[in-house]
Amino acid sequence: MMEKMFEVQDPVNHDTQTLQVNIGPQHPSTHGVFRMNVVLDGETVVSLKPVMGYLHRNHEQIAENISYTASMPYTDRLDYFNSMSNNFAWALAVEKLANLDVPERAQYIRVIMAELTRLVNHVSVIGFLLNDLGAFFTPVLYAFREREKILDIFEEVSGARMMCNFLRFGGIKRDLPAGTLERIKEVIQNFPKFLDEFETLLTKNEILCMRCQNVGVLPAELAVNASITGPMLRASGVNYDVRKADKYSIYDRFDFKIPLGQTGDVYDRYYCRVLEMRESLKILQQALRDIPVTGEIISKKMAPFVKAPRNFKPPVGEAYGRVEAPKGELGFYVVSDGTPQPWRYHVRAPSLINLTILEDLCIGHKVADAIVILGSIDIVLGEVDH
Amino acid sequence: MAGFLPDWVLVIKSVLISIAAIAFLGPVTMMYLTLLERKVVGRMQNRIGPNRVGKWGLLQPLADGVKMLTKEDIVPTPADPIAHFLAPILIVVPALLVFAVIPFGRGMTAVDLNVGLLFFIAISSTTTLAIFMASWGSRNKFSLLGGMRSVAQMVSYEVPMVLSVVPVILITGSLSTNDIVLAQGGWGGLKWFIFTPWGLLAFIIFYLCGVAECNRSPFDLPEAESEIVAGFHTEYSGMKFALFYMAEFMNSFTISALAATLFLGGWQGPVLPSWLWFFMKTYVLIFIMIWFRGTLPRFRVDQLMNLAWKFLLPLTLINIFVAGFWYFAPNTIVRVLMSAGVLSLSFWGLQKLNQGYAPEKRVYQFGD
Amino acid sequence: MNLQEIQSKIEAALPGIRLKPVRESLLIEDAAMLPKVAAFLKNDPVLALDYLSSVTGADYLKYLESVYHLYSVEKKTGPVVLRVRVTRDSPRIPSLVPIYRGAEFQEREAFDMYGLYFENHPDLRRIFMWEGFEGFPMRKDYEQEDSEILETADIEWLDRHGAKVPEGMRKKAADLKAQGKRAVAEKTGKSIE
Repeated sequence: MMEKMFEVQDPVNHDTQTLQVNIGPQHPSTHGVFRMNVVLDGETVVSLKPVMGYLHRNHEQIAENISYTASMPYTDRLDYFNSMSNNFAWALAVEKLANLDVPERAQYIRVIMAELTRLVNHVSVIGFLLNDLGAFFTPVLYAFREREKILDIFEEVSGARMMCNFLRFGGIKRDLPAGTLERIKEVIQNFPKFLDEFETLLTKNEILCMRCQNVGVLPAELAVNASITGPMLRASGVNYDVRKADKYSIYDRFDFKIPLGQTGDVYDRYYCRVLEMRESLKILQQALRDIPVTGEIISKKMAPFVKAPRNFKPPVGEAYGRVEAPKGELGFYVVSDGTPQPWRYHVRAPSLINLTILEDLCIGHKVADAIVILGSIDIVLGEVDH
Repeated sequence: MAGFLPDWVLVIKSVLISIAAIAFLGPVTMMYLTLLERKVVGRMQNRIGPNRVGKWGLLQPLADGVKMLTKEDIVPTPADPIAHFLAPILIVVPALLVFAVIPFGRGMTAVDLNVGLLFFIAISSTTTLAIFMASWGSRNKFSLLGGMRSVAQMVSYEVPMVLSVVPVILITGSLSTNDIVLAQGGWGGLKWFIFTPWGLLAFIIFYLCGVAECNRSPFDLPEAESEIVAGFHTEYSGMKFALFYMAEFMNSFTISALAATLFLGGWQGPVLPSWLWFFMKTYVLIFIMIWFRGTLPRFRVDQLMNLAWKFLLPLTLINIFVAGFWYFAPNTIVRVLMSAGVLSLSFWGLQKLNQGYAPEKRVYQFGD
Repeated sequence: MNLQEIQSKIEAALPGIRLKPVRESLLIEDAAMLPKVAAFLKNDPVLALDYLSSVTGADYLKYLESVYHLYSVEKKTGPVVLRVRVTRDSPRIPSLVPIYRGAEFQEREAFDMYGLYFENHPDLRRIFMWEGFEGFPMRKDYEQEDSEILETADIEWLDRHGAKVPEGMRKKAADLKAQGKRAVAEKTGKSIE
């Protein structure tokens, strides 16, 4: 059979001086079911091979058997922390495919939800990174206090805290309830104060600096070559953000900057996320100021398909839609054959691709550093394994 | 009663009473310390700790005790049965033994050894062996890693700990804990050793090394939960795990108690009964340990070693010389100023020499 | 730079190459020329396509395909899409890992799911499915179980546990057993060009 033609085998370690340890898949710290085959010499990492696939749910094949709108809840479950961003990417891909326009109010609401998701993600990631460092949940619980407020807004808007399933092709599912915008304004008014408090505790903390600075340094050329995206790329000093490069949706109307690091170590990735949160707050303030008070929430072309989503047959063709998800560049490649089900559906998952250089970053460091570096790459297994 | 019974019965009776008191005090302290830790850490994390079992969670330790006793005792098949079995016992026994030399109050030391301090240091060092037995006997790579880290850490932190106690011994001229407390009496508390320059430094170093000896944050590398699951006690369950847990808390209690004895004047204090003073001081120090746990991330192994050998050790050596100078100099303000000066200078100097760990100032640009 | 210009540039730089525009992408007719085209696009100072965003495999019934989306980080320009087509009997494609490191896991995924064998890949083995799994799940001819049709074994289990099974389902399961077939999902659809 085919496999016999190509003999591929797992690498075997024959050296007896070194210790081969399996970190994971059950482990309090590896952000999900993820395994790393680590070969240690004392405490130093000699080689590290990531093993994934424990959460593989075959999302791509499922999408080939169901209609386009029915894939929307499945995209929620890819990066289960940031469901709105995943929805956004899929909506964008199909809108490119079927050439749909999105009304103004819907665009603003989408951007607001996407940036709120970015806040949720970055704040949780910093908490988890500090958990890996050993600060025993205190930063996590402080971060989750703010996250709860944003999750309450998501619940109000879409009915679910995490698996929102809120966006549709050509707009959003339903309009915001009365008073939501005021509540969002309240949340983002209190957020800078929380960020300052967080920073006082963490940014100049000596132990944090000792553990994170000059650990896992990623040079800029290697980052671009290894297709790294997201805060990890920007922490290495590369000025590339899909929001600025593609100017998708209405991001070109907002005035925000891209924080760039210089060294590309774990500390830079942590701090770039903090700065990105502040930029997201700027975008949110501008969006809340400019959002039209009333308006359509879904494109006119999609109106017949709101009640009958299984009739939606986009024209034959293909499209690749990508957004700047909080973890990196999330892309959807969809090929349509004119039937209600896609012919090919592929997720370009940032977490999977950012793991390419995990081995390179960890070699030469200690086991403790390997965990911290993994925490700074910010993976979520739903995305890695789709 | 004393007149009716022969002498030897009285001796045995007093011994039995001391043993009963300590055997009761040790585990009960540890149980309520776990509850205190969970509630205090919970408050620091903006949540209430356990409060379901009994009012304020006061019966929680009993519930925990019942849980641990009734859990299945799993011994991994390839484990070395003798080492695996003996390790928890070997770690709890020294923790209990050192309760004997702690002066809980005026005349309330269980055994007033005239080498009490030496006894304490010697016995508490055997913990290292027990931890290594546990990690080796478990036949598990994670436990082995944890055990290696633990042995390295404990051996490295023994040295500054012992050396930081030497000034106290020099000044009081005795190894007995009771004598040390008595030497700090008078003047309404101003003669406590912590109020002298060498005493302050010695206290800080002793306390930090004590925290490291107890394997508590930020030095809890051997049981770094997020990295190697549970380190040397990964393969233990049920009562054996409870014994490890108990030993860690008893150790933290005894270290705090000893720090209070050596530097904070033990049971000295006006008005209130002496044992109340002792417990207050000890619990303040325990609270600081819990505070560390709720706030700080943990060190990495090489940073830990550097701290012990390159920073704390030279500092303690200098401290010994300064304490010697203090003993022989006349009791004027000059000796205070000179000692404080020398110590601050050496602290600053060593910090400069270990400069590799100062946080770098980072500059972030903003792209467009 | 639109597709026409890029095509002419590549044809000028690599004589003898055959490119065909397909749905806003360039189909490289000869799979072995793929690394040369990619290296040219990466090193060209005007295009500077140094970021490989996505490597995808796809199954179009008559052939298997591998699609590459290239972007430029320096110039922030849009996608240049390359395609390569191979047959099912000999799905060998040269790997782009020597040029773009980011292709590593994505090519492993394409191998795992479609059986596309990438030559010169440093470590080509299954990434999501477990070792020893046979077959390539995402291919269109991979038989999927239909979860709505019960088989005899399922009906026996249900009977043992006291559930009621409708007569129609029993009959269908018995028919399948008589024919010696498994309950396979029916796939419809014709491919596109």
